[in-house]
Parts: sequence; C-alpha cells; structure tokens
Amino acid sequence: MHQAIISAATEGGTNPLVPNPWEMLVVFAGFAVLMFIVVKYVVPMFEKTFAERAEAIEGGIAKAEKAQAEASAALEEYKQQLTDARAEANRIREEARAEGAQILAELKEKAGAESARITAQAHAQIESERQAAVVSLRTEVGTLATTLASRIVGESLSDDARSARVVDRFLADLENQNAGVAK
Amino acid sequence: MIALALPAQDSGTFTPPGIEELHLPAILPWGAAEGFSKQMLLVILSVVIIATFFVLAARKQQLVPGKLQFAGEAAYGFVRNGIAKDIIGGRDFMKYVPLLFTLFFFILVNNIYGAIPVIQLPTFSHVGGAYVLAAIVYVTWIGIGVKKNGLRYFKLATVPTGVPWYILPIVIPIEIISNFLVRPVTHSLRLFATMLAGHLIVMIAGAGVEFLVMQESVLLKGASVLVLGGAIAMYMLEALIMVLQAYVFTLLTAIYIEGALHADSH
Repeated sequence: MHQAIISAATEGGTNPLVPNPWEMLVVFAGFAVLMFIVVKYVVPMFEKTFAERAEAIEGGIAKAEKAQAEASAALEEYKQQLTDARAEANRIREEARAEGAQILAELKEKAGAESARITAQAHAQIESERQAAVVSLRTEVGTLATTLASRIVGESLSDDARSARVVDRFLADLENQNAGVAK
Repeated sequence: MIALALPAQDSGTFTPPGIEELHLPAILPWGAAEGFSKQMLLVILSVVIIATFFVLAARKQQLVPGKLQFAGEAAYGFVRNGIAKDIIGGRDFMKYVPLLFTLFFFILVNNIYGAIPVIQLPTFSHVGGAYVLAAIVYVTWIGIGVKKNGLRYFKLATVPTGVPWYILPIVIPIEIISNFLVRPVTHSLRLFATMLAGHLIVMIAGAGVEFLVMQESVLLKGASVLVLGGAIAMYMLEALIMVLQAYVFTLLTAIYIEGALHADSH
C-alpha cells in the first residue's frame, strides 16, 4: 500500500500536499458567500429571537413581580382599612357614650331647673298667699281688736277715725318691733 | 463506492486503490488539465444546503419555536454557546460567532459528504480547501492580536513570562515555530489528513471485499464477509471522525482567537 501511494504520488503528479488552485478559489469563494449570508441574515435573525425570548421571559417575571407587589399593596390597604374601621368604630362608640352622658347631664340639669322653677313658683305663690293673708288679717285683726276693745271700753271708743289711727299706730309699732327682731 | 466502479482486477494480485482515485476526471474540463471537479460542485452545493437550511430555520422566528426553528436554534446555539461563549467568553465572543458558525457547518457538511452514498467524497480529502480555511483563520487571529495589542503582540505571543532569561534563547525560537509556523500547517493538515486517510481506508476495504468476492475459492469468498464487517466499522468510525474534525477545527480556531485576544494575560 505504501508502495502504491508513493509510486502514485511520484509518477502521476498527484502529491496530496500540492493543492489545486482552482479548488482553493472555489472553497474560498464558497466560504466567503456562506460567511456573508451568515453575517447578514442568519446570526442577526437568531440573535433577535434570543433577545426577544429573553425579554419575554424577563417581562413575564417583571409582570409577576408587579402583580405580587400589587397584591401585597392591596393586602396592606385592606389591613389599613380594617384598622381604620376599628378606630372609627371605637371613636363612634366613645362619641355615643359621651353624647349619652351629655344628654343625661342635660336632662338632669333640666330636671333640676324645672324643680327649682316649680319650687320658686310655689314659694312665690306661698309668699303672695301669705301677703294676702297678712293684708286680710291686718284688716280683720284690726276690726276684731277694735270690736273687742270697743266692747271692752264701751261706746266711748265708737269714733271710727280715732280708733283706726290707734290701730294703725299699734300695728306700725308691732311691725317695727318685728323688723328689729329680724335684724 | 468509487472502487467498486473500477474495472475488474486481475484475479491473481490485489492492487489497492491509491490517492489518484480521489482525483476524479473533471466534470467540465476547461483550458488546462484542471477543470470543474466534483469537489468544486460539492463545495457550492454545501453553501446552498447550509444557507437554505439556516435561512429557512431562522426566517419565521417565533418565541415558541417549531421543529425546524428548534433544530436551527440548537445548531446555532451549539456553536454560539458551546464553542464561542465557552472558549472566548466575556463580552467579545459575539463578534466571532459568525466566523466560528460558518467554519463549523461548512466543514461539517463538506465532511459528511464522505458518509453519504453516491456523493461519498469528503471535500477536504483535497488539501486545497483545508489550506484556504486554515489561512483564513491564521490571518484572522494574527489580525485580532495585532489590533488588540499592536506590534507588541508578537512579543507577547513569543516571549513567555516567568521564564529565566537564560532559557529564553531556546524558548523564543520554539514559540515562534510552534505559534506562527507549525500552527497553520497542523491546523490544515489535521483536517485534510483525517479526511484523506478515512476515505482511503473505506475505499481499500471496499476494494478488498470486491477482490475477495471475485476469487474462485469459497473460503476466500467467505472471508469477504469479515472484511465487509470491518468496512462497515471503519465507515462508522469515519462518520464519527468527520463530525469530530469539524468540531476540532472550530474549537482550535476559537482557542487561537482567545489566545490572541488575551495575549497579555497568558
């Protein structure tokens, strides 16, 4: 076999290491054309898909993260609302309690005032009745005393004018005495 | 099998097919001895196949890919992430994805031809194409190194740091030879030699089967079954090597580019 190759290489001019220039040219041209197509179309198209796919995956992750953030924000808001509602309920309860107490106090005050008014009215009525009694008593007591005195002293004291003066003086003295005691 | 199409051999001696079997007559001869060969047709066909597949796969892009788009994305992602991103890394790798991607699929399809019946000819079993691709890579990584570091790049690439001064006279020539002279040669010949050798082995095995079947003796005819089994095994191995070599060539390109980009930290 060695013999065959060596003889073929020497006699036939087919030394395997000597290239055919036309073939080299064709390989070079073919490679250049293929390289051009690859650079111009194949690599950009594949890279574009890779980039789009990466973007789609990252976009999906971003969307999921956003949804999660929204959900936690909603939860936070809900909790906040719950706390607010509780605080509101407490506040309303406190207000109602305070209002009730106020109403109670007002009612008490009103009742007090009413009772005071009634008492005052009663006092005034009693006072006026007393005054009336005093007035009527004054005349009546005068008449009675005069009658009594005229009965005691007889006809001598029948002069009306005189007896009235005597009674008035007497009563005035009595009042002055009362006043002095009151002081 | 090409060998099977050869005229019947003398029953007495076995003449294995040689390298000249890889040089088929030109399909469309012109001018000089060389014409439009099968290799040239296959190269053009590979460009059409790769461009059609990936443009179709990438054309109707959807976020949830269909079958074709998924296959295209898997293939593209293999070079983009499995080679460019892993080896070059950082933020720079996107710039070199088109080169690595084109290299990988250009070599892969041109190699796989060798495993497809009727076509059955890996393009890089001719050394010219391998030279061209290795030269493109060679110019690319040196260009990247010079652009990144200026002319200082040649010093960075040949003078290793942390080596005692008295060893430098030995190390520097070795570095120059290994980085700037041997590297493109091994890069191209690795691809070429594996394709040539693999193709030759399958071809010889095929010729051997044919030769044994033609023999008078029943024992020799029976022995052809063993050779056929071996031929199938070699064919499988060759198919694996075709994919592997496309990967290795691209991987080495990525490593060279990475080395040129980060020459100051090596």
